[in-house]
Amino acid sequence: MRFNDTQRLFAGKSMPIGGLGGILQRLHLDGPLLGGLLLVSALGLVVLYSAVAQNMDLWIQQCIRLFVALAAMVIVAQLPPDLMRRWTPWGYLAGLFLLILVLITGDVGQGARRWLDIGIRFQPSEIMKLAVPMMTAWYLHDRHLPPKFLDLVVIGVLIVVPTVLIAKQPDLGTSLLVATAGVLVVILAGLSIRLMLFLGVSAVPGGYLLWQFMKDYQKQRVLTLLNPDSDPLGAGYNIIQSKIAIGSGGLFGKGWMNGSQAQLEFLPERDTDFIFAVMGEELGMLGVLALLGLYLFVIGRGLYIAIHARDTYSRLLAGSISLTFFVYVFVNTAMVTGLVPVVGVPLPLVSYGGTSMVTLLAGFGILQSIHRHRKLLPH
Amino acid sequence: MSLIAPIKDHHSEARLFVARVILSSVIAIILLGTVIARLVQLQIYDHELFAEKSQGNRIRTEAVPPTRGLIFDRRGRVLAENLPAYQLELIPEQVTDLGDTLARLADIGMIKEEDIPRFNGLSQSGPRFKPITLRFRLSEDEIANFAVQRPRFPGVDLQPRLIRHYPDGEFIAHAIGYVGALSTADLGRLDVPEYAGTSHTGKTGVEHSYEELLHGDVGFQQVVTNAFGRQVPVEARDFSDALPASAVPKPGNNLYLSLDLDLQRLATRALAGKRGSVVAIDPANGEVLALVSAPTFDPNAFATGMSPSEYNALQNDEGRPLFNRAVRGTYPPGSTIKPMLSLAALEVGATNLTRRTVCIGWYSLPGSSHRYRDWKPQGHGEVDLHDAISQSCDVYFYEISREIGIDAMHLYLDQFGLGKESGLDMDGESGGLNPSPEWKRQAFRERADQVWFPGETIIASIGQGYMLATPLQLAGVAAALGARGKRFKPHLVAAYEDPITGKRTLIAPERLPSVSIENEFYWENVIAAMHDVMQSPTGTARAAGANAAYEMAGKSGTAQVFSISQEEEYDEEEIEERLRDHALFIAFAPLDNPRIAVAVVVENGSSGSRVAAPIARAMMDQYLTGSTDAF
Repeated sequence: MRFNDTQRLFAGKSMPIGGLGGILQRLHLDGPLLGGLLLVSALGLVVLYSAVAQNMDLWIQQCIRLFVALAAMVIVAQLPPDLMRRWTPWGYLAGLFLLILVLITGDVGQGARRWLDIGIRFQPSEIMKLAVPMMTAWYLHDRHLPPKFLDLVVIGVLIVVPTVLIAKQPDLGTSLLVATAGVLVVILAGLSIRLMLFLGVSAVPGGYLLWQFMKDYQKQRVLTLLNPDSDPLGAGYNIIQSKIAIGSGGLFGKGWMNGSQAQLEFLPERDTDFIFAVMGEELGMLGVLALLGLYLFVIGRGLYIAIHARDTYSRLLAGSISLTFFVYVFVNTAMVTGLVPVVGVPLPLVSYGGTSMVTLLAGFGILQSIHRHRKLLPH
Repeated sequence: MSLIAPIKDHHSEARLFVARVILSSVIAIILLGTVIARLVQLQIYDHELFAEKSQGNRIRTEAVPPTRGLIFDRRGRVLAENLPAYQLELIPEQVTDLGDTLARLADIGMIKEEDIPRFNGLSQSGPRFKPITLRFRLSEDEIANFAVQRPRFPGVDLQPRLIRHYPDGEFIAHAIGYVGALSTADLGRLDVPEYAGTSHTGKTGVEHSYEELLHGDVGFQQVVTNAFGRQVPVEARDFSDALPASAVPKPGNNLYLSLDLDLQRLATRALAGKRGSVVAIDPANGEVLALVSAPTFDPNAFATGMSPSEYNALQNDEGRPLFNRAVRGTYPPGSTIKPMLSLAALEVGATNLTRRTVCIGWYSLPGSSHRYRDWKPQGHGEVDLHDAISQSCDVYFYEISREIGIDAMHLYLDQFGLGKESGLDMDGESGGLNPSPEWKRQAFRERADQVWFPGETIIASIGQGYMLATPLQLAGVAAALGARGKRFKPHLVAAYEDPITGKRTLIAPERLPSVSIENEFYWENVIAAMHDVMQSPTGTARAAGANAAYEMAGKSGTAQVFSISQEEEYDEEEIEERLRDHALFIAFAPLDNPRIAVAVVVENGSSGSRVAAPIARAMMDQYLTGSTDAF
């Protein structure tokens, strides 16, 4: 395979110097990817400091979480992809078991049953964000690609079961992300374009069916997206205030810690799902574009790693993880700017919150492992 | 061949994968492009619109209340001021368990148990961030006590505020009135935007009638607020990129009253333990020098707020301390009307200065056996008009009343201001009653009751029967007598002052129509008789007039509270205190160009000359000589 200019950019040939490169090599870490992730996280901490209204306790908690997540990434990076592949079915089954457990015994938080307390409180649905694409990739690893219809049926079951379990918690945002991660694997594996178009067209009656099963608050979110002004103090409030925040930020922003929308609490969920609006208000369009640029770099590097992966499992998994990361970024930014319904997807590595960050960086740990453990196969 | 499973073609798989990655990337770029396009729309194209909306979000116009004008007495002594005081406030949204917090505040004695339901109600009515005042004007001890316990009461705090304070509250209560917390009824009456920041308004007295001058003009400031409407200190966070202008409130005017605090104190002391009223007026201009009603109360209690039980106690007090007897109490004027009647009789020719009558202690209408008693059972003997005034002979007036007639009596008493509000610059004045046949026709429903009987003229001549007057009206009578018929509208406020420019505006005395008796000779003779009331060996109030450094004129009145049946003697001692006669006295001094006219009413005081006259004398001493030994 030849490098074109773009690939050379992402390859980051000149990045590590001397000792640092050696350390990264030994830790199975990829310099450009790590650098991109650290830059996004650093920018995230800066924005979060303002968004939590300089609450040092919350901010330090988030710093600690970031370190825990980075540690998880380094640990995962040490696991060879072959080992991960062999463990995949067990991890998937364990995840399913925990999801069922959550529905039976889980802790209730904010009207939904998402949390499991086994020494530490965590959301088993987060495991599935990685377990579902891993399982899908595992299944397709030995198959002839593009996948056959029967394969698609099996994969469909593998994806739908955890998706439904998570949706029942209810956690629509996460369930859609989990399904997306799985579906992306199939698309990357070569799902026929015609079938995709067919599924796209059949989404209309599917959407109608989905509507019937949606909870009232979920329906409300869709309705307010279509017309946020219909309920300016209720469900539409978030979107209206978020658009005011971003729009009033203009090109250069009002200055860090100077966003009146965010600092005076007009903007709800400013430190979690709506932190992108804080950034838009305080750092302006330039700040937001810088963040989007960093995201694009990370995603691009991830796809580069995927293309250079040596086996089907690694390739599909790396591609899926990178594109899922993009879906995060897109869904959050599109929802905060009022393009899609508010589904409760955090802005990756920036929003306040622990579990999702660990999952995210663990995913990037897999990417680094794939990149650093690649064996030279005969061409 | 067919038995062999298809071998994975890694190269084609990789090519397929790269194709899919490229496809995905293209889609991703398109999606991200829409987000960026959206950002361009929001942050560049519609930026101004959203910047405006964000501005409107957080700027709130807040009213700044003006400082209420001060009130001074005629010598510049402060009667009403604004004191910074600490009050205990509770912010509902910051209190986790309201019931528990209030109960614990009651435990440490900061609030009363009985007030808890009221505070519970208040906390539910307003916005949750708006403080509720639990206590106004804490004492030093209470401030210290709460300060150490404050950590136990999150959401409860001490706040400095300006509170209306009356340093001599109980001495001036009925003249100044008081301010109280704005009620919904007040807001219906007042200019609501002007009161946007104001918590208290005048409820009675001068505080009420001069509300407009005292209040001042509201100011406003634009404050930065957060999403919950709570103010954010601008220094702490500077979002003031375009904070619009503010307006400083204009403080209310200071009032200078004609009231003399020394007279107020004296009269209040003199009436201590009694029910009654003292009103003093300057006959030369109508300035009210004293206006006292007893029992009194502490107006500060209204400014700082009372518990319902405290208010009920005040309301239900038998002495009715809240009742302003000076302007609302109506009493039979008794013999105090005799000087007016004398003038009327001389003017209409019903009598002359030399006519003499023999008083045998009672009088009967021709052809009737009904005896109208004189206060002196054995009679005054032979008296002329002068004696009839100075000794207060009732029989003389019974006799001449028939010749004056009720219509002329009504006319002249009306000219002296009886039967109608005197126009004091204070609300709630009662007009009293100056009866006439015309009035009787309208006042009674039964035809038989509408007739004016000759006997009613007789008793009207000694200020009994239907006739009623307020102490303020009687002081006006005394002033008009002293000024020889010249009359002024009584007023409490002499001037007001703009506190910023210092410009003082005098309130000019307002002339009322004079009494239409122009013969100076009549006036001087009647006044000479009134002088003898106090300063001759036979005057009814000679004891009160003794040893004075100046000359004075007066007239006692003793008004029957209930009537005694014919032939029955009554013994003062045996009558219930509440059934005793009211004691009245009117006086002015000095004789020529008088400077003070006084009316004193002591309810159930028995004797005008013994009980009321010494108070009038003390008032005149205090005002004219600067001191008095009495009271």
